[in-house]
Amino acid sequence: MIRYLVKRVLLAILSLVAVSIITFILFFAVPTSPAYVMCGKQCDAHAIAQTEQRLGLDKPTYVQYGEFMKGLVAGRSYGTGELAVKCPAPCLGFSFRTNEPVTDIIGRTLPVTVSIVVGATVLQLVLGVGLGMISALRRGTAFDKAAVGVSLVGASMQIYFFGPILLLLFVYTMHLLPNPGYTSPFDDPGQWFVQMLLPWVTLGFLNSAIFARLSRAQMLETLSEDFVRTARAKGLTKWKVYGRHALRAAITPIVTTAGLYFGASLGGAVITETVFGVNGLGRTAVQAVNDLNLPVVMATVLLAAFFIILLNIVVDMLYSVIDPRVRLS
Amino acid sequence: MSEQTFEPGSQAAPTAVAPRSSSPLLTVEGLAKHFPVKQGAFGTKALVRAVDGVDFSVDRGETLGLVGESGCGKTTTGRMVVKLLEATAGKIVFEGRDITRFNRSQMRALRHDLQIIFQDPYSSLNPRHTVGKIVAMPLQVNGINPPGGVKKRVQELLETVGLNPEHYNRYPHEFSGGQRQRIGIARALALRPKLIVADEPVSALDVSIQAQVINLLRDLQREFDLAFVFIAHDLAVVRHFCQRIGVMYLGKMVEIGDRHQIYEEPAHPYTRALLSAVPDVTKIGEKGRERIRLEGDVPTPLNPPSGCRFRTRCWKAQPKCAEVEPPLLQIGTGQQVACHFPETGPIA
Amino acid sequence: MTATASSAATSEVQDDRPYLEVDDLRVQFKTEDGIVRAVDGISFKLERGRTLGIVGESGSGKSVTSLTVLGLHNMARTRVTGSVRVNGREIVGLDEEKVRRMRGRDMAMIFQDPLSALHPYYTIGRQIAEAYLVHHPGQKAKAKRRAIEMLDRVGIPQPQRRYDSYPHEFSGGMRQRAMIAMALVNDPSLLIADEPTTALDVTVQAQILDLLDDLQREFNSAIIMITHDLGVVSRVANDVMVMYGGHAIEFGSVDQVLTEPQHPYTWGLLQSVPSLRGNAEDDLDPIPGSPPSLINLPSGCAFHPRCAYRMIGGGPCDLEVPELLPTAQEGHVVACHLPENERRRIFAEEIKLGAE
Repeated sequence: MIRYLVKRVLLAILSLVAVSIITFILFFAVPTSPAYVMCGKQCDAHAIAQTEQRLGLDKPTYVQYGEFMKGLVAGRSYGTGELAVKCPAPCLGFSFRTNEPVTDIIGRTLPVTVSIVVGATVLQLVLGVGLGMISALRRGTAFDKAAVGVSLVGASMQIYFFGPILLLLFVYTMHLLPNPGYTSPFDDPGQWFVQMLLPWVTLGFLNSAIFARLSRAQMLETLSEDFVRTARAKGLTKWKVYGRHALRAAITPIVTTAGLYFGASLGGAVITETVFGVNGLGRTAVQAVNDLNLPVVMATVLLAAFFIILLNIVVDMLYSVIDPRVRLS
Repeated sequence: MSEQTFEPGSQAAPTAVAPRSSSPLLTVEGLAKHFPVKQGAFGTKALVRAVDGVDFSVDRGETLGLVGESGCGKTTTGRMVVKLLEATAGKIVFEGRDITRFNRSQMRALRHDLQIIFQDPYSSLNPRHTVGKIVAMPLQVNGINPPGGVKKRVQELLETVGLNPEHYNRYPHEFSGGQRQRIGIARALALRPKLIVADEPVSALDVSIQAQVINLLRDLQREFDLAFVFIAHDLAVVRHFCQRIGVMYLGKMVEIGDRHQIYEEPAHPYTRALLSAVPDVTKIGEKGRERIRLEGDVPTPLNPPSGCRFRTRCWKAQPKCAEVEPPLLQIGTGQQVACHFPETGPIA
Repeated sequence: MTATASSAATSEVQDDRPYLEVDDLRVQFKTEDGIVRAVDGISFKLERGRTLGIVGESGSGKSVTSLTVLGLHNMARTRVTGSVRVNGREIVGLDEEKVRRMRGRDMAMIFQDPLSALHPYYTIGRQIAEAYLVHHPGQKAKAKRRAIEMLDRVGIPQPQRRYDSYPHEFSGGMRQRAMIAMALVNDPSLLIADEPTTALDVTVQAQILDLLDDLQREFNSAIIMITHDLGVVSRVANDVMVMYGGHAIEFGSVDQVLTEPQHPYTWGLLQSVPSLRGNAEDDLDPIPGSPPSLINLPSGCAFHPRCAYRMIGGGPCDLEVPELLPTAQEGHVVACHLPENERRRIFAEEIKLGAE
């Protein structure tokens, strides 16, 4: 088990290094220099060269990469002598655009994305899995048909359509909710909740359609398993048969999908953040790419990759907890 | 390695394949298949000795049955013979040629002569192909254009196995289990093979259908002078189809003999126990009859017992059985047994 | 339709009536292709301490019959008529909750493939204890003790330790023993075994059949053994019912049905089975054709298209469904239009069974 974990962690680090190298290469494959983007209208060759030097972009790519990695692991300092700025590990550098430490940017935007994604995930699991299970148990009934229909509509609906409609309805027309935004739940949980509600409902509801379909299919398959028949033959009540025997077996693939979804969304719920105008990781990342803001791009890409890899490991561990036949090796 | 059949020179010992009149069609010597597996919390590597040094031969037109319980290695043996699995050790000689290390293209030429029929008639046929296409496949893959064309040949084949030639354009799901097995047989026959490995060909079928397919195989065997390696767990079915029978236990051949020898005068205690365990309709009214009851299950091939592998369940086991592995020795014309204390005389 | 195969011989059971009485049971379910008449008028009785073998090929209705006795069929899509009385209590039409309370306590079932019939995620012990707890709520410690006791009883070594094993850690034979332990944990009087040894090796099969024998003697339970294997039936059953196309076509004591069968289908079955005796050089004598579809049964006697003797009687084989009628031998009933003396003659002169 421990051996397995060590192996996975080492592999994860390797993957992250690979991701960072690929991102670096891709970034420098763009024909435009970030300095050009930054120096505005009165731009001449001298200004560009100066900016490039200031940002360290004049050095060879591999040197820059080396410095980036050194900063991440051991910290680094920018400039020389009196003007030197210490950047302790893990140093992700400073934004090309605002000179703000990238770690601060992440610290500001990550909680926003985490808030959105966690809330939406809870909603999509409760709603989606619940709906799917009930419709599997009532297969062929009006409820089942309605649920299948709704989930089909949900799965094909888009956030950029559904989101603005909710916004229009609940915020601008009925004034039931404040404009979505982010308030730290530690400062004002109530405000945090009402402001996050619309993003949650939008993302959660649409994703729940996928989970409803998945859970329904899984549950139907499990209900036809021999061990469910055995459970009934023992004289267990319907709810114990479903809850203890069928659900437990049906849940495995749902856990996988949910975990991987969760990991992928933590990298940034770009469309949701954009629709509701909240500054999360996703929006920050897109903005950084547009600005050729290398330190921020690196940070957001690595963070997204980190979450995906982390959740992959978590899902595999959960597997071995759920299913005693799975051995981690 | 404890398998004495691997040792050089052992082929000349009495354990070697019994000398038979003409040169056999298929000879298997010291055949072994070890699957590496990971085990335990630390993922230590271990070997599953699925087949662990097996010798036998099959003559032209002869039917050899391989029987034994699950995990005895009979299926693995069959798959190695047709090269669906690569042997870990040992030799497979077909028509005088050592085919053990044949590669894909060398095997292609051999497919004419060597075919396999599988147990599950449902999963071994491609559901998206018509029966005609399925049966024609071996011909087309091998670039054979029989006189009168592929279609005519396929229709003949369908007729041979008792299907209507007009079923040419139908799909496998339109057929019953028995008919599907007939399709599989037609496919195997398409290249007019000399040897067919049949892996539990009737065990998925209903009783009445099973008899039809056994009869069909018997007819084909006589008509085309086919040799068979017939793998089955059902001893009664094997008795009706096979002239010679090899009994396997935990990756080893424990006894080989002709039908009379195996079913009437078996020498290995395991063979006797197997026969005794079969519930037979004709034994009705003999409920008080002495039955040999084996204790426990077959041990794991990961860690087979030392010496004779059957000793842990054998009522005749002596200290010697744990120490020395009994070699497969000739005890009568064509009968070989691997036991230190073989039984004699007819079965009770 | 009256299959009166009750056995007066075993009257040591003092109950007034047989433990299980099935009368004119019919089970139909709707499918996209049409109505499946899975069971079409089955009647039999079974007393405690006796074993009834139900024999048939796939689609004969043998498994559906047993599932209906336990009320395990899909209630929504199945229509059940007739009567199933367990210990005098009518099951057909009984409230689902009441049937549930009887399941596992009065009647239990073991299935063909113990690996898929056991829940892969729960320990063997927990699954057995659960079966006890359903009918003895709250007695957790007792349930565990009882589970270990049953594991021991069915011959699982080190039951204390094995209690915590998962099904995949057991061998096939051990798993089936565990299934039996689970089925018998509440001392049910009726045990239905649906092909319990089909997935097992012969030596293990022999062990399991011996075990069932022992347990039956100990608990005096009634057993229904559903199987396609006539050998198994001959080994364990007192009475045999042969099913074909959802009908019982022959019923009698094991000796009557297996050594003096009167139905052409039973003859066919017996002749198609390869035996360990007799002349192996002879071809087997299979029944031509394949078992019928339950959606579209042949008219008249469902077996008539495959029956070699259908013309001889000149009777209404393809028009009228033959009734299960008594023969000269008490308890032996056969559903065939051929006159009995003709059947006896054919069997004596033309039918050759493996033993000779």
